Amino acid sequence: MGERAREGLRAYRLIAAMWMRSTMMYRTSFALTMAGNLLVTGLDFATILLMFSRVDSLGGWSLPEVAFLYGLSATAFGFADLVLGSMDVLGTRIRDGSFDMLLVRPAPVLAQIGADHFALRRLGRVVQGAVVLGWALVSAGIDWTPAKVLLVPLMLGAGAAIFCALFVAGAAFQFLAQDAAEVQNSFTYGGTTLLQYPPTVFGKDFVRGVTFLLPLAFVNWVPAAYVLGRPYPLRLPAWAAWSPPLVAVVCCALAGLAWRAGLRAYRSTGS
Amino acid sequence: MGVGRLYTAVAAGGFRRYATYRAATAAGVFTNTAFGIILVYTYLALWDEKPHLGGYDQAQAVTYVWLGQCLFATLAISGGGVEKDLMERIRTGAIAIDLYRPADLQLWWLSTDLGRSLFQLLGRGVIPFLVGAVFFPMALPVDAGTWAAFLVALLLAMLVSFGIRYLLALSVFWLLDGMGVSQVLAITGIFFSGMSLPLNVFPGAFGEVVRFLPWAAQLQVPADVLLGETGLTRAFAFQAAWAAALLTAGRLLQSAATRRVVVQGG
Repeated sequence: MGERAREGLRAYRLIAAMWMRSTMMYRTSFALTMAGNLLVTGLDFATILLMFSRVDSLGGWSLPEVAFLYGLSATAFGFADLVLGSMDVLGTRIRDGSFDMLLVRPAPVLAQIGADHFALRRLGRVVQGAVVLGWALVSAGIDWTPAKVLLVPLMLGAGAAIFCALFVAGAAFQFLAQDAAEVQNSFTYGGTTLLQYPPTVFGKDFVRGVTFLLPLAFVNWVPAAYVLGRPYPLRLPAWAAWSPPLVAVVCCALAGLAWRAGLRAYRSTGS
Repeated sequence: MGVGRLYTAVAAGGFRRYATYRAATAAGVFTNTAFGIILVYTYLALWDEKPHLGGYDQAQAVTYVWLGQCLFATLAISGGGVEKDLMERIRTGAIAIDLYRPADLQLWWLSTDLGRSLFQLLGRGVIPFLVGAVFFPMALPVDAGTWAAFLVALLLAMLVSFGIRYLLALSVFWLLDGMGVSQVLAITGIFFSGMSLPLNVFPGAFGEVVRFLPWAAQLQVPADVLLGETGLTRAFAFQAAWAAALLTAGRLLQSAATRRVVVQGG
Protein backbone atom coordinates (compact mmCIF):
# COMPACT_ATOMS: atom_id res chain seq x y z
CA MET A 1 0.00 0.00 0.00
CA GLY A 2 2.72 2.47 1.02
CA GLU A 3 4.86 1.41 -1.92
CA ARG A 4 1.94 1.99 -4.29
CA ALA A 5 1.21 5.43 -2.84
CA ARG A 6 4.88 6.45 -3.23
CA GLU A 7 4.86 5.24 -6.80
CA GLY A 8 1.67 7.21 -7.48
CA LEU A 9 3.08 10.41 -5.99
CA ARG A 10 6.23 10.06 -8.06
CA ALA A 11 4.24 9.55 -11.26
CA TYR A 12 2.03 12.51 -10.37
CA ARG A 13 5.07 14.73 -9.77
CA LEU A 14 6.72 13.75 -13.05
CA ILE A 15 3.58 14.24 -15.15
CA ALA A 16 2.70 17.52 -13.45
CA ALA A 17 6.25 18.79 -14.04
CA MET A 18 5.95 17.83 -17.69
CA TRP A 19 2.73 19.83 -18.06
CA MET A 20 4.28 22.79 -16.25
CA ARG A 21 7.25 22.81 -18.61
CA SER A 22 4.91 22.67 -21.57
CA THR A 23 2.84 25.57 -20.20
CA MET A 24 5.95 27.64 -19.59
CA MET A 25 6.77 27.48 -23.30
CA TYR A 26 4.08 30.15 -23.67
CA ARG A 27 4.88 32.50 -20.83
CA THR A 28 2.65 35.39 -21.92
CA SER A 29 -0.30 33.08 -22.38
CA PHE A 30 0.37 31.63 -18.95
CA ALA A 31 0.55 35.07 -17.33
CA LEU A 32 -2.69 36.12 -19.02
CA THR A 33 -4.65 32.99 -18.09
CA MET A 34 -3.32 33.20 -14.53
CA ALA A 35 -4.47 36.82 -14.30
CA GLY A 36 -7.78 35.79 -15.82
CA ASN A 37 -8.12 33.07 -13.22
CA LEU A 38 -7.49 35.56 -10.42
CA LEU A 39 -10.11 37.85 -11.93
CA VAL A 40 -12.77 35.15 -12.30
CA THR A 41 -12.44 34.02 -8.73
CA GLY A 42 -12.17 37.65 -7.62
CA LEU A 43 -15.55 38.40 -9.17
CA ASP A 44 -16.96 35.68 -6.96
CA PHE A 45 -16.05 37.75 -3.95
CA ALA A 46 -17.08 40.96 -5.68
CA THR A 47 -20.64 39.59 -5.70
CA ILE A 48 -20.50 39.20 -1.92
CA LEU A 49 -19.08 42.73 -1.58
CA LEU A 50 -21.91 44.05 -3.78
CA MET A 51 -24.44 42.31 -1.55
CA PHE A 52 -22.89 43.90 1.52
CA SER A 53 -22.94 47.32 -0.14
CA ARG A 54 -26.72 47.09 0.28
CA VAL A 55 -27.06 45.20 3.59
CA ASP A 56 -25.08 45.04 6.85
CA SER A 57 -25.47 41.34 7.51
CA LEU A 58 -26.51 38.20 5.70
CA GLY A 59 -28.29 35.52 7.70
CA GLY A 60 -27.03 37.32 10.81
CA TRP A 61 -23.35 37.16 9.75
CA SER A 62 -21.21 40.26 9.15
CA LEU A 63 -18.98 40.83 6.10
CA PRO A 64 -15.69 39.79 7.79
CA GLU A 65 -17.37 36.62 9.06
CA VAL A 66 -18.73 35.76 5.62
CA ALA A 67 -15.27 36.58 4.21
CA PHE A 68 -13.82 34.06 6.68
CA LEU A 69 -16.17 31.38 5.33
CA TYR A 70 -15.38 32.47 1.78
CA GLY A 71 -11.61 32.43 2.33
CA LEU A 72 -11.68 28.95 3.86
CA SER A 73 -13.94 27.51 1.18
CA ALA A 74 -12.11 29.13 -1.75
CA THR A 75 -8.61 28.24 -0.50
CA ALA A 76 -9.46 24.62 0.34
CA PHE A 77 -11.27 24.20 -2.96
CA GLY A 78 -8.43 25.97 -4.77
CA PHE A 79 -5.91 23.40 -3.52
CA ALA A 80 -8.13 20.50 -4.57
CA ASP A 81 -8.79 22.16 -7.93
CA LEU A 82 -5.04 22.67 -8.45
CA VAL A 83 -4.24 19.05 -7.65
CA LEU A 84 -7.15 17.22 -9.29
CA GLY A 85 -9.18 19.89 -11.11
CA SER A 86 -8.36 18.58 -14.58
CA MET A 87 -10.03 15.26 -13.90
CA ASP A 88 -12.99 16.14 -16.08
CA VAL A 89 -10.82 15.29 -19.10
CA LEU A 90 -11.49 11.68 -18.09
CA GLY A 91 -14.85 11.71 -19.89
CA THR A 92 -13.17 12.90 -23.09
CA ARG A 93 -10.42 10.31 -22.75
CA ILE A 94 -12.97 7.53 -22.30
CA ARG A 95 -14.94 8.71 -25.32
CA ASP A 96 -11.97 9.01 -27.69
CA GLY A 97 -10.36 5.82 -26.42
CA SER A 98 -7.11 7.43 -25.25
CA PHE A 99 -7.83 6.22 -21.71
CA ASP A 100 -6.60 2.75 -22.72
CA MET A 101 -3.14 4.24 -23.14
CA LEU A 102 -3.04 5.14 -19.45
CA LEU A 103 -3.98 1.61 -18.46
CA VAL A 104 -0.94 0.03 -20.08
CA ARG A 105 1.56 2.41 -18.49
CA PRO A 106 3.38 1.12 -15.40
CA ALA A 107 2.04 3.84 -13.07
CA PRO A 108 -1.16 4.14 -10.99
CA VAL A 109 -4.00 5.33 -13.24
CA LEU A 110 -5.38 7.75 -10.62
CA ALA A 111 -2.02 9.57 -10.48
CA GLN A 112 -1.84 9.73 -14.26
CA ILE A 113 -5.35 11.06 -14.75
CA GLY A 114 -5.02 13.43 -11.78
CA ALA A 115 -1.89 15.03 -13.21
CA ASP A 116 -3.23 15.03 -16.76
CA HIS A 117 -3.37 18.61 -18.07
CA PHE A 118 -2.00 19.86 -14.74
CA ALA A 119 -2.59 23.63 -14.81
CA LEU A 120 -0.49 25.85 -12.60
CA ARG A 121 -2.77 28.77 -13.44
CA ARG A 122 -5.28 27.27 -10.99
CA LEU A 123 -2.99 28.65 -8.31
CA GLY A 124 -4.93 31.88 -8.96
CA ARG A 125 -7.89 30.62 -6.95
CA VAL A 126 -5.69 29.63 -4.02
CA VAL A 127 -4.00 33.03 -3.98
CA GLN A 128 -7.28 34.91 -4.18
CA GLY A 129 -8.90 32.78 -1.49
CA ALA A 130 -5.87 33.18 0.77
CA VAL A 131 -5.94 36.97 0.41
CA VAL A 132 -9.59 37.12 1.46
CA LEU A 133 -8.90 34.67 4.28
CA GLY A 134 -5.97 36.77 5.51
CA TRP A 135 -8.12 39.88 5.59
CA ALA A 136 -10.91 38.03 7.40
CA LEU A 137 -8.53 36.60 10.02
CA VAL A 138 -7.50 40.07 11.15
CA SER A 139 -10.83 41.84 10.81
CA ALA A 140 -13.40 39.30 12.01
CA GLY A 141 -12.68 40.12 15.65
CA ILE A 142 -11.75 36.54 16.51
CA ASP A 143 -10.99 35.82 20.18
CA TRP A 144 -7.80 33.86 19.47
CA THR A 145 -6.73 30.86 21.55
CA PRO A 146 -3.95 28.34 20.70
CA ALA A 147 -6.64 25.79 19.78
CA LYS A 148 -8.21 28.17 17.27
CA VAL A 149 -4.82 28.98 15.73
CA LEU A 150 -4.22 25.27 15.29
CA LEU A 151 -7.67 24.67 13.80
CA VAL A 152 -7.25 27.06 10.84
CA PRO A 153 -4.53 25.10 8.96
CA LEU A 154 -6.20 21.87 10.04
CA MET A 155 -9.49 22.78 8.38
CA LEU A 156 -7.75 24.02 5.23
CA GLY A 157 -6.04 20.63 4.88
CA ALA A 158 -9.15 18.64 5.71
CA GLY A 159 -11.28 20.83 3.45
CA ALA A 160 -8.90 20.36 0.53
CA ALA A 161 -8.96 16.58 1.13
CA ILE A 162 -12.79 16.52 1.21
CA PHE A 163 -12.92 18.41 -2.09
CA CYS A 164 -10.25 16.06 -3.55
CA ALA A 165 -12.48 13.11 -2.57
CA LEU A 166 -15.35 14.83 -4.42
CA PHE A 167 -13.22 15.20 -7.55
CA VAL A 168 -12.20 11.52 -7.44
CA ALA A 169 -15.78 10.37 -6.80
CA GLY A 170 -16.91 12.59 -9.69
CA ALA A 171 -14.29 11.00 -11.94
CA ALA A 172 -15.45 7.52 -10.90
CA PHE A 173 -18.98 8.55 -11.82
CA GLN A 174 -17.78 9.40 -15.32
CA PHE A 175 -17.10 5.71 -15.96
CA LEU A 176 -20.85 5.25 -15.71
CA ALA A 177 -22.04 8.43 -17.40
CA GLN A 178 -19.42 9.62 -19.83
CA ASP A 179 -21.30 12.62 -21.18
CA ALA A 180 -22.60 13.72 -17.83
CA ALA A 181 -19.34 15.20 -16.52
CA GLU A 182 -21.19 18.39 -15.71
CA VAL A 183 -23.04 16.74 -12.82
CA GLN A 184 -19.88 16.77 -10.74
CA ASN A 185 -19.71 20.56 -11.12
CA SER A 186 -22.87 20.76 -9.00
CA PHE A 187 -20.98 19.15 -6.14
CA THR A 188 -17.53 20.68 -6.58
CA TYR A 189 -18.20 24.22 -7.81
CA GLY A 190 -21.68 24.21 -6.29
CA GLY A 191 -20.18 22.99 -3.02
CA THR A 192 -17.58 25.73 -2.77
CA THR A 193 -20.19 28.34 -3.72
CA LEU A 194 -22.68 27.33 -1.04
CA LEU A 195 -19.99 27.17 1.64
CA GLN A 196 -19.22 30.83 0.97
CA TYR A 197 -22.51 31.75 2.61
CA PRO A 198 -23.48 31.24 6.26
CA PRO A 199 -25.40 28.05 7.13
CA THR A 200 -28.16 30.23 8.61
CA VAL A 201 -29.05 31.29 5.05
CA PHE A 202 -30.11 27.80 4.02
CA GLY A 203 -33.13 25.68 4.88
CA LYS A 204 -32.72 23.21 7.71
CA ASP A 205 -33.16 20.10 5.53
CA PHE A 206 -30.66 21.48 3.07
CA VAL A 207 -28.10 21.96 5.88
CA ARG A 208 -28.81 18.43 7.09
CA GLY A 209 -28.15 17.15 3.59
CA VAL A 210 -24.77 18.86 3.25
CA THR A 211 -23.77 17.76 6.77
CA PHE A 212 -24.74 14.10 6.93
CA LEU A 213 -25.17 13.00 3.29
CA LEU A 214 -22.50 15.07 1.56
CA PRO A 215 -20.32 16.24 4.47
CA LEU A 216 -19.43 19.65 3.01
CA ALA A 217 -20.33 21.39 6.27
CA PHE A 218 -17.08 20.05 7.76
CA VAL A 219 -14.98 22.01 5.25
CA ASN A 220 -15.74 25.28 7.02
CA TRP A 221 -19.24 25.74 8.52
CA VAL A 222 -18.70 23.62 11.63
CA PRO A 223 -15.05 24.46 12.46
CA ALA A 224 -15.54 28.12 11.51
CA ALA A 225 -18.47 28.37 13.91
CA TYR A 226 -16.06 27.25 16.66
CA VAL A 227 -13.41 29.81 15.68
CA LEU A 228 -15.94 32.63 15.45
CA GLY A 229 -17.67 31.54 18.67
CA ARG A 230 -21.01 31.09 16.94
CA PRO A 231 -23.59 28.34 17.57
CA TYR A 232 -22.93 25.23 15.48
CA PRO A 233 -25.29 24.42 12.62
CA LEU A 234 -27.83 21.72 13.63
CA ARG A 235 -26.64 22.01 17.27
CA LEU A 236 -23.81 19.56 16.65
CA PRO A 237 -21.76 18.61 19.75
CA ALA A 238 -18.73 20.73 20.71
CA TRP A 239 -16.15 18.18 19.54
CA ALA A 240 -17.57 18.32 15.99
CA ALA A 241 -15.27 21.27 15.26
CA TRP A 242 -12.32 18.85 15.48
CA SER A 243 -13.88 16.16 13.30
CA PRO A 244 -12.96 17.49 9.80
CA PRO A 245 -9.73 15.43 9.50
CA LEU A 246 -11.67 12.28 10.37
CA VAL A 247 -14.44 13.17 7.92
CA ALA A 248 -11.78 13.82 5.27
CA VAL A 249 -10.19 10.40 5.80
CA VAL A 250 -13.57 8.65 5.50
CA CYS A 251 -14.44 10.66 2.37
CA CYS A 252 -11.11 9.83 0.73
CA ALA A 253 -11.49 6.13 1.56
CA LEU A 254 -15.00 6.05 0.07
CA ALA A 255 -13.85 7.97 -3.01
CA GLY A 256 -10.98 5.50 -3.42
CA LEU A 257 -13.39 2.58 -3.32
CA ALA A 258 -15.66 4.31 -5.85
CA TRP A 259 -12.67 4.90 -8.13
CA ARG A 260 -11.68 1.23 -7.98
CA ALA A 261 -15.22 0.11 -8.72
CA GLY A 262 -15.38 2.53 -11.64
CA LEU A 263 -12.04 1.43 -13.03
CA ARG A 264 -13.07 -2.21 -12.80
CA ALA A 265 -16.33 -1.49 -14.65
CA TYR A 266 -14.47 0.31 -17.45
CA ARG A 267 -14.97 -1.04 -20.95
CA SER A 268 -12.95 0.45 -23.74
CA THR A 269 -14.70 2.03 -26.70
CA GLY A 270 -12.67 -0.42 -28.71
CA SER A 271 -11.71 2.01 -31.44
CA MET B 1 -33.74 26.25 -52.20
CA GLY B 2 -35.24 29.46 -50.91
CA VAL B 3 -33.11 31.62 -48.64
CA GLY B 4 -35.60 31.28 -45.81
CA ARG B 5 -35.64 27.51 -46.11
CA LEU B 6 -31.86 27.32 -46.20
CA TYR B 7 -31.41 29.13 -42.89
CA THR B 8 -34.32 27.26 -41.32
CA ALA B 9 -32.55 24.04 -42.24
CA VAL B 10 -29.31 25.36 -40.73
CA ALA B 11 -31.15 26.30 -37.53
CA ALA B 12 -32.74 22.85 -37.39
CA GLY B 13 -29.24 21.41 -37.71
CA GLY B 14 -28.09 23.49 -34.75
CA PHE B 15 -31.07 22.26 -32.74
CA ARG B 16 -30.34 18.61 -33.58
CA ARG B 17 -26.62 18.88 -32.91
CA TYR B 18 -27.24 19.83 -29.29
CA ALA B 19 -30.22 17.50 -28.92
CA THR B 20 -27.87 14.57 -29.59
CA TYR B 21 -26.15 14.76 -26.22
CA ARG B 22 -28.94 13.60 -23.94
CA ALA B 23 -26.84 12.66 -20.92
CA ALA B 24 -25.01 15.99 -21.11
CA THR B 25 -28.34 17.81 -21.25
CA ALA B 26 -29.65 15.91 -18.23
CA ALA B 27 -26.42 16.73 -16.40
CA GLY B 28 -26.91 20.39 -17.28
CA VAL B 29 -30.48 20.35 -15.97
CA PHE B 30 -29.22 18.88 -12.70
CA THR B 31 -26.43 21.46 -12.38
CA ASN B 32 -28.68 24.43 -13.12
CA THR B 33 -31.22 23.16 -10.58
CA ALA B 34 -28.52 22.75 -7.91
CA PHE B 35 -27.11 26.23 -8.49
CA GLY B 36 -30.63 27.65 -8.57
CA ILE B 37 -31.35 26.23 -5.13
CA ILE B 38 -28.11 27.65 -3.68
CA LEU B 39 -28.75 31.08 -5.19
CA VAL B 40 -32.40 31.15 -4.10
CA TYR B 41 -31.42 30.66 -0.46
CA THR B 42 -28.87 33.48 -0.58
CA TYR B 43 -31.36 35.79 -2.30
CA LEU B 44 -34.06 34.96 0.25
CA ALA B 45 -31.63 35.93 3.02
CA LEU B 46 -30.68 39.09 1.18
CA TRP B 47 -34.29 40.15 0.60
CA ASP B 48 -35.15 39.22 4.20
CA GLU B 49 -32.52 41.71 5.29
CA LYS B 50 -33.72 44.37 2.87
CA PRO B 51 -37.19 43.90 1.41
CA HIS B 52 -37.75 45.58 -1.99
CA LEU B 53 -34.03 45.61 -2.75
CA GLY B 54 -33.59 46.84 -6.32
CA GLY B 55 -37.37 47.29 -6.61
CA TYR B 56 -38.07 43.53 -6.44
CA ASP B 57 -40.06 41.80 -3.75
CA GLN B 58 -38.96 38.38 -2.51
CA ALA B 59 -41.07 36.38 -4.99
CA GLN B 60 -39.73 38.47 -7.86
CA ALA B 61 -36.15 37.86 -6.70
CA VAL B 62 -36.83 34.11 -6.64
CA THR B 63 -38.31 34.28 -10.12
CA TYR B 64 -35.20 36.14 -11.27
CA VAL B 65 -32.94 33.35 -9.98
CA TRP B 66 -34.80 30.62 -11.83
CA LEU B 67 -35.06 32.67 -14.99
CA GLY B 68 -31.29 33.09 -14.81
CA GLN B 69 -30.76 29.33 -14.54
CA CYS B 70 -33.26 28.82 -17.37
CA LEU B 71 -31.45 31.25 -19.68
CA PHE B 72 -27.88 30.36 -18.66
CA ALA B 73 -27.40 27.78 -21.42
CA THR B 74 -30.08 29.22 -23.71
CA LEU B 75 -28.16 32.48 -24.09
CA ALA B 76 -24.75 30.82 -23.56
CA ILE B 77 -24.15 33.50 -20.92
CA SER B 78 -20.72 32.15 -19.98
CA GLY B 79 -19.98 31.00 -23.54
CA GLY B 80 -20.20 27.48 -24.88
CA GLY B 81 -22.49 28.30 -27.79
CA VAL B 82 -21.62 28.14 -31.49
CA GLU B 83 -18.81 30.67 -30.99
CA LYS B 84 -16.77 27.78 -29.59
CA ASP B 85 -17.04 25.90 -32.88
CA LEU B 86 -16.45 29.08 -34.85
CA MET B 87 -13.24 29.86 -32.95
CA GLU B 88 -12.02 26.33 -33.50
CA ARG B 89 -12.78 26.54 -37.22
CA ILE B 90 -10.89 29.83 -37.50
CA ARG B 91 -7.96 28.36 -35.60
CA THR B 92 -7.76 25.21 -37.69
CA GLY B 93 -8.49 26.94 -41.00
CA ALA B 94 -11.73 25.03 -41.58
CA ILE B 95 -13.38 28.44 -41.78
CA ALA B 96 -12.27 28.47 -45.44
CA ILE B 97 -14.92 25.84 -46.15
CA ASP B 98 -17.58 28.04 -44.54
CA LEU B 99 -16.43 30.99 -46.63
CA TYR B 100 -16.96 29.30 -49.98
CA ARG B 101 -20.41 28.05 -49.07
CA PRO B 102 -23.11 29.92 -51.02
CA ALA B 103 -24.45 31.35 -47.77
CA ASP B 104 -23.77 34.38 -45.65
CA LEU B 105 -21.27 33.60 -42.85
CA GLN B 106 -22.96 35.67 -40.16
CA LEU B 107 -26.48 34.48 -41.00
CA TRP B 108 -25.26 30.88 -41.14
CA TRP B 109 -23.82 31.01 -37.62
CA LEU B 110 -26.74 33.07 -36.33
CA SER B 111 -29.17 30.43 -37.58
CA THR B 112 -27.13 27.64 -36.01
CA ASP B 113 -27.03 29.53 -32.72
CA LEU B 114 -30.76 30.23 -32.74
CA GLY B 115 -31.38 26.51 -33.24
CA ARG B 116 -29.01 25.77 -30.37
CA SER B 117 -30.73 28.38 -28.16
CA LEU B 118 -34.13 26.93 -28.84
CA PHE B 119 -32.99 23.44 -27.90
CA GLN B 120 -31.24 24.65 -24.73
CA LEU B 121 -34.37 26.56 -23.75
CA LEU B 122 -36.66 23.54 -24.18
CA GLY B 123 -34.27 20.76 -23.19
CA ARG B 124 -32.27 22.40 -20.47
CA GLY B 125 -33.94 25.62 -19.37
CA VAL B 126 -37.58 24.77 -18.77
CA ILE B 127 -37.12 22.00 -16.18
CA PRO B 128 -35.09 23.97 -13.59
CA PHE B 129 -37.61 26.81 -13.99
CA LEU B 130 -40.51 24.45 -13.30
CA VAL B 131 -38.69 22.91 -10.32
CA GLY B 132 -38.22 26.42 -8.95
CA ALA B 133 -41.89 27.25 -9.52
CA VAL B 134 -43.00 24.12 -7.67
CA PHE B 135 -40.78 24.45 -4.60
CA PHE B 136 -40.35 28.20 -4.15
CA PRO B 137 -42.79 31.13 -4.22
CA MET B 138 -42.51 32.82 -7.62
CA ALA B 139 -44.11 35.93 -9.11
CA LEU B 140 -45.30 34.71 -12.50
CA PRO B 141 -47.62 36.78 -14.71
CA VAL B 142 -51.09 35.35 -15.33
CA ASP B 143 -51.93 37.19 -18.56
CA ALA B 144 -50.88 35.83 -21.93
CA GLY B 145 -49.83 39.30 -23.10
CA THR B 146 -46.90 39.49 -20.67
CA TRP B 147 -45.70 36.03 -21.65
CA ALA B 148 -45.88 37.01 -25.34
CA ALA B 149 -43.88 40.16 -24.59
CA PHE B 150 -41.38 38.04 -22.68
CA LEU B 151 -40.92 35.77 -25.71
CA VAL B 152 -40.18 38.82 -27.87
CA ALA B 153 -37.65 40.04 -25.29
CA LEU B 154 -36.12 36.56 -25.23
CA LEU B 155 -35.72 36.49 -29.01
CA LEU B 156 -34.04 39.91 -28.90
CA ALA B 157 -31.82 38.67 -26.07
CA MET B 158 -30.75 35.74 -28.26
CA LEU B 159 -29.72 38.19 -31.00
CA VAL B 160 -27.73 40.34 -28.56
CA SER B 161 -26.09 37.26 -27.03
CA PHE B 162 -25.06 36.01 -30.47
CA GLY B 163 -23.87 39.52 -31.41
CA ILE B 164 -21.48 39.64 -28.45
CA ARG B 165 -20.14 36.12 -28.97
CA TYR B 166 -19.75 36.52 -32.73
CA LEU B 167 -17.62 39.65 -32.29
CA LEU B 168 -15.39 37.91 -29.75
CA ALA B 169 -15.09 34.78 -31.90
CA LEU B 170 -14.01 36.83 -34.92
CA SER B 171 -11.16 38.30 -32.87
CA VAL B 172 -9.53 34.87 -33.18
CA PHE B 173 -8.72 35.81 -36.81
CA TRP B 174 -6.10 38.11 -35.27
CA LEU B 175 -5.34 36.34 -31.98
CA LEU B 176 -5.24 32.79 -33.44
CA ASP B 177 -6.12 31.24 -30.09
CA GLY B 178 -9.52 31.43 -28.49
CA MET B 179 -8.63 30.48 -24.93
CA GLY B 180 -8.17 33.98 -23.53
CA VAL B 181 -11.20 35.23 -25.44
CA SER B 182 -13.37 32.45 -24.03
CA GLN B 183 -12.21 33.37 -20.57
CA VAL B 184 -13.08 37.05 -21.09
CA LEU B 185 -16.45 35.98 -22.44
CA ALA B 186 -17.20 33.86 -19.38
CA ILE B 187 -16.10 36.51 -16.86
CA THR B 188 -17.95 39.41 -18.46
CA GLY B 189 -20.98 37.27 -19.28
CA ILE B 190 -21.58 36.01 -15.78
CA PHE B 191 -20.91 39.28 -14.01
CA PHE B 192 -22.42 41.87 -16.35
CA SER B 193 -25.48 39.82 -17.31
CA GLY B 194 -26.50 39.71 -13.67
CA MET B 195 -26.18 35.94 -13.25
CA SER B 196 -24.82 36.28 -9.72
CA LEU B 197 -26.78 39.37 -8.67
CA PRO B 198 -29.57 41.30 -10.48
CA LEU B 199 -28.15 44.41 -12.12
CA ASN B 200 -30.76 46.64 -10.46
CA VAL B 201 -29.15 45.79 -7.11
CA PHE B 202 -25.74 47.13 -8.24
CA PRO B 203 -25.11 50.40 -6.36
CA GLY B 204 -24.61 53.96 -7.59
CA ALA B 205 -22.95 55.08 -10.80
CA PHE B 206 -21.47 51.61 -11.32
CA GLY B 207 -24.99 50.24 -11.41
CA GLU B 208 -26.04 52.90 -13.94
CA VAL B 209 -23.17 51.93 -16.25
CA VAL B 210 -23.76 48.17 -15.89
CA ARG B 211 -27.45 48.54 -16.67
CA PHE B 212 -26.59 50.34 -19.91
CA LEU B 213 -24.13 47.72 -21.25
CA PRO B 214 -25.27 45.15 -23.87
CA TRP B 215 -25.14 42.29 -21.32
CA ALA B 216 -28.10 43.92 -19.53
CA ALA B 217 -30.19 43.00 -22.58
CA GLN B 218 -29.57 39.29 -21.93
CA LEU B 219 -31.08 38.51 -18.54
CA GLN B 220 -32.05 41.74 -16.77
CA VAL B 221 -34.34 43.13 -19.46
CA PRO B 222 -36.24 39.88 -20.21
CA ALA B 223 -36.60 39.38 -16.44
CA ASP B 224 -37.99 42.90 -16.00
CA VAL B 225 -40.42 42.29 -18.87
CA LEU B 226 -41.61 39.05 -17.29
CA LEU B 227 -41.90 40.64 -13.86
CA GLY B 228 -43.72 43.70 -15.25
CA GLU B 229 -41.02 46.04 -13.95
CA THR B 230 -40.34 47.94 -17.16
CA GLY B 231 -42.14 49.67 -20.03
CA LEU B 232 -42.20 47.41 -23.07
CA THR B 233 -41.28 50.04 -25.66
CA ARG B 234 -38.25 51.08 -23.66
CA ALA B 235 -37.14 47.46 -23.08
CA PHE B 236 -37.54 46.39 -26.71
CA ALA B 237 -35.87 49.56 -28.00
CA PHE B 238 -32.87 48.99 -25.70
CA GLN B 239 -32.47 45.38 -26.79
CA ALA B 240 -33.08 46.07 -30.49
CA ALA B 241 -30.58 48.93 -30.50
CA TRP B 242 -27.85 46.74 -29.00
CA ALA B 243 -28.72 43.84 -31.31
CA ALA B 244 -28.50 46.10 -34.36
CA ALA B 245 -25.26 47.70 -33.19
CA LEU B 246 -23.58 44.38 -32.39
CA LEU B 247 -24.70 42.62 -35.54
CA THR B 248 -23.57 45.57 -37.69
CA ALA B 249 -20.21 45.62 -35.93
CA GLY B 250 -19.98 41.87 -36.48
CA ARG B 251 -20.63 42.35 -40.18
CA LEU B 252 -17.94 45.03 -40.48
CA LEU B 253 -15.42 42.97 -38.53
CA GLN B 254 -16.28 39.94 -40.64
CA SER B 255 -15.50 41.72 -43.89
CA ALA B 256 -12.24 43.01 -42.43
CA ALA B 257 -11.35 39.54 -41.20
CA THR B 258 -12.19 37.64 -44.36
CA ARG B 259 -10.10 40.06 -46.41
CA ARG B 260 -7.04 39.06 -44.44
CA VAL B 261 -7.78 35.37 -44.08
CA VAL B 262 -4.83 33.17 -44.92
CA VAL B 263 -5.62 29.50 -44.75
CA GLN B 264 -2.83 27.38 -43.39
CA GLY B 265 -2.02 24.64 -45.84
CA GLY B 266 -2.20 20.95 -45.28
